[in-house]
Amino acid sequence: MDEHYDAIVLGTGFKECVLSGLLSVEGKKVLHMDRNGYYGGESASLNLVQLFEKYRGGAKPTESLGNTRDYNIDLVPKFILSSGLLVKMLLHTQVTRYLDFKVVDGSFVYKTPKIQKVPATDAEALSSPLMGFFEKFACKKFFVYVQNYEENNPATHDKLDLKTMTMRQLFAKFTLKEDTIDFIGHALALYLNDDYLDKPALEAVQRVKLYADSLQRYSISPYIYPMYGLGELPQAFARLSAIYGGTYMLNKPIDKISFEDGKVRVESQGETATADVIIADPSYFPDKVKNTGKIIRSICVLNAPIPNTNNAESCQIIIPQKQVGRKSDIYIGCISFPHCVCPKGKYIAIVSTTVETADPEKELAPAYALLGPIVDKFISVSPYYVPLSDGQQDKVFISESYDATSHFETTCEDIMKIYKRILKKDLVLVTDKPQSPEEQ
Amino acid sequence: MVVLNEQLFDCEINSIQFYKIQYNSFKDNLVLLGEAAVGKSSLVLRFVRGHFLDYQESTIGAAFLAQTVCLNDTTVKFEIWDTAGQERYHTLAPMYYRGAQAAIVVYDIRSQDSFERAIKWVKELQRQGSPNIVIALAGNKLDLAAKRKVETSEAQTYAEENGLLFMETSAKTAQNVNELFVEIAKKLPKTPNPRPGSGRLPISPIDNNPQKKKPCCSS
Repeated sequence: MDEHYDAIVLGTGFKECVLSGLLSVEGKKVLHMDRNGYYGGESASLNLVQLFEKYRGGAKPTESLGNTRDYNIDLVPKFILSSGLLVKMLLHTQVTRYLDFKVVDGSFVYKTPKIQKVPATDAEALSSPLMGFFEKFACKKFFVYVQNYEENNPATHDKLDLKTMTMRQLFAKFTLKEDTIDFIGHALALYLNDDYLDKPALEAVQRVKLYADSLQRYSISPYIYPMYGLGELPQAFARLSAIYGGTYMLNKPIDKISFEDGKVRVESQGETATADVIIADPSYFPDKVKNTGKIIRSICVLNAPIPNTNNAESCQIIIPQKQVGRKSDIYIGCISFPHCVCPKGKYIAIVSTTVETADPEKELAPAYALLGPIVDKFISVSPYYVPLSDGQQDKVFISESYDATSHFETTCEDIMKIYKRILKKDLVLVTDKPQSPEEQ
Repeated sequence: MVVLNEQLFDCEINSIQFYKIQYNSFKDNLVLLGEAAVGKSSLVLRFVRGHFLDYQESTIGAAFLAQTVCLNDTTVKFEIWDTAGQERYHTLAPMYYRGAQAAIVVYDIRSQDSFERAIKWVKELQRQGSPNIVIALAGNKLDLAAKRKVETSEAQTYAEENGLLFMETSAKTAQNVNELFVEIAKKLPKTPNPRPGSGRLPISPIDNNPQKKKPCCSS
């Protein structure tokens, strides 16, 4: 490693690996290191032994859970919107070749006192108890407007300027009631809280469109999920980086980082590397980030599918904040054997939310109540770090922690922002490349 | 090196489309494992292209190579994944060998260390790989047998005890290279392996804006 690189990347989390891959494809010389002996950092998927190491101080995994290697448990639970930014990044980089995906069975939303399927078809929407008959009529008008809306085509705007009017005003215009607004904002636009209501309507409209487009791709649900867990994603992008010449070193504790002559020096185990820029997750620069909140994540092992999900082998359940008197939504993401994350007969349900009180686990009670019997639980409360500066001065580009959203949109937006700050150009994602040069 | 890269890229295939076209034969993922510089890429290039370079560069820019083996009644198409140099600092991602139906674990017969490392890889595959994976142990650089450090009998015994195919090979002279791949092809199941991933999705290109010639989405 005693060389000069265009970029040194610290931590092999999802964001760092995507950036490493993108830079290598650009022809940059990249050195990528991680203090851990495995890929993925905070966004890894762990087997049982690793899980017990992290949460139970290395205790022996409970025998009834089965074989350690049958487990790939995500530390950060998320699903992939099938028309979202991550799929576009996978297509752009052709990393789709290294991974297999399966669709997620269903999406549900909690409406006191029970969970309901988020309609995936017109027929399901008509029979859904989520809203009354007349409300469905108003709602349909809203969806037609959203589906037809094109930002660059004023004829589709119906004389409404979504850049100035708020989402609250747009909902009012379509005379939608509070329950419907709650459903659209949280189960379709996937907002964590209600802050979006007083912001320009454009973003929320685009999010509803994204949901509809994603749903249309595979018809069952808008989400896909990689076989063997989300931890495959950083590994696949690391492979991309390596294929384009990136150098990988794991088990590499960083001893010292210093700055001289406009270069960054990184020292590890008696070796020194220099680089023009450094990219890192927040854990490598505790004095260059600030803590802006906390996220609680609870990994629950179940022996049966979640009740009332029609025995879904994988699903998402959204508990909108208002339904349970909170400020932010609670998410449940459940996956199991078909996605190769646990043995047959076991189900991994991960409950997460933004922490609002001094007793975060108690906040998850409404979610636990939906899960049926819980065999075992592994709970973490993680700070949410954001970088203090944009990296232009010190050439240290730090990613934000993984947020509480249930998908990869904000995660990919952070990657695209860092890419732009480093390379001074937008990341233009080309998504209609032929995926198979030989077979054309 | 640039020319080599282009050649390799020509061979990239897409598994989903491949199934559509070659429905009478089976496609199997094959990975090569082993310490850096034991001759993994040379073995593959000898097998796929029939040539050997005395100074094979460390592998950069290659993703897959594909080659077909014809047996009496079937053809087996291997999709051979490259390590992309990630074995150098022992940082090969588990993703690399997770879905593989076959693996060749390569060592250099002149290096006891590379043999020890090969044994570690066999153990890793037995732990993390597919349950029915076909593993072959290859002692490469047989043309340099004068400097041999790993005895044939030692490797043979280890292979037999662990149910591995075993051959000593030379990518340089081509000795036993095709034979190795043919033996692996014979041992592979005759029907496509229904992996736990039945129902896997093709992720097809997205055309967001059919009106425009170049759909993209930088916003």
